[in-house]
Amino acid sequence: MSKKNKFLSRSLFLFHLGGSACNNCDIEILDALTPKYDLERFGIIAVGSIRHADIILLSGIFNKKAAIRARRLYEQAPKPVIVLAIGGCACSGLIFRDSYNWDEPVGNYVPIDAYVAGCPPKPEAIIAAITQVIDKLQHPAPAGADR
Amino acid sequence: MNVIVQFLFFPGLLFTVVAGLVTSWYDRKLTARLQMRKGPPFWQPFYDVRKLMIKETCVPERTAIWLFLSAPLVGLAGTALASMILWRAMLEPAVTFAGDLIVVMYLLALPSLSVILGAFVSRNPLASLGGSREMKLVLAYELPFVVAACVPILRAGSIQLGEILSVPVVGSSLSGVLALLVALIAMQARLTRVPFDIPEAECELGSGVLIEYSGPPLAMYKLTQAMMLFTGPMFLLVLYGGGISFSQGWLSATAGGLKFLGLITVIVLIRNTAPRLRIDQAMRLLWGPVTLAALLAVALAWWGW
Repeated sequence: MSKKNKFLSRSLFLFHLGGSACNNCDIEILDALTPKYDLERFGIIAVGSIRHADIILLSGIFNKKAAIRARRLYEQAPKPVIVLAIGGCACSGLIFRDSYNWDEPVGNYVPIDAYVAGCPPKPEAIIAAITQVIDKLQHPAPAGADR
Repeated sequence: MNVIVQFLFFPGLLFTVVAGLVTSWYDRKLTARLQMRKGPPFWQPFYDVRKLMIKETCVPERTAIWLFLSAPLVGLAGTALASMILWRAMLEPAVTFAGDLIVVMYLLALPSLSVILGAFVSRNPLASLGGSREMKLVLAYELPFVVAACVPILRAGSIQLGEILSVPVVGSSLSGVLALLVALIAMQARLTRVPFDIPEAECELGSGVLIEYSGPPLAMYKLTQAMMLFTGPMFLLVLYGGGISFSQGWLSATAGGLKFLGLITVIVLIRNTAPRLRIDQAMRLLWGPVTLAALLAVALAWWGW
């Protein structure tokens, strides 16, 4: 498994899933993909099909309907796959957590590897999260260690 | 036995895979530098393939599984065989067989065919849309490409790669330059690169033809694309530029290598500076002005220009 993770960490195809986001996180994710931040340095390229995805970025509040779709897309992605929750809404629901159409955080539907807080998080924060995930894949903590 | 070893290692499958991946790294790195980026590390295309090999393979429901999984291999085998014939012609021009030019042309059509097969068997509406576009694109680019290939055939008076290699038409005639320009545009369409990336159309069809593929079969397609990026321009070099000749010392071999690098650079530059055409515009362009230019080149070659 660790060898698989190592292979995965060198080349991550990124799929962005917006679940009724207000667009700010989407814009910051796109920012992170622009030439200025150059994610291709880490072997990351954006792909349009979930079948090619290695890393899924979730942004938005994922209300009752969208969360089911997120789950379905996660199941359609070929494993192993990494999921990142981008922005306060995807992490916890933020100001929408008392809404009639919001049920529970998207983390209860999809296993999430890293949370990036912020409203919206900076591209630097997103890149920092991705590099930390890469680091975790390459150097997994020994069994029993606190992660 | 010797032929099988040649097909599997040098100058067939293994050599073409490695050379193709290095070429695709050059493509990505140059693209990155043109966009003022740092770009991917040298081993990135190898990492990508390695990663795809360990991913899960998803197969769509109610599809012909054997066809879905074997379609990528058709293109891979075809490209490797075409590359092997080209390299054998360059290494030993004396041992080529009559009509190998036509065999290579057939073999280079296989990658498109395998993409079309894979797209239609995916049972995905976006994939079939991409597949039908790929089919139209094949019809569009084959005509000017074959017409332009008549120029070196006329000049050399032969359909044998070994004899075509000895007459580099670009350096010696006007018709050769015109035919090379036509073939370059047709090659851009064959490699489905911008402005002809209509079947894949990242932001329009997802990934179009490849949308349902994942894991090792996707790796086969990526490998085929990389190998085509190596073999396609090499075919142009063989037809129009005299190939890379190894018999006249290292100087001419280096010159050939530089010519190849130049061709790749032009293809990458076109990719980075052109917008995507619609499929009807692409067909109009390739059957209209481009084919006319190819016919003009053939006429010029006929009159000895």
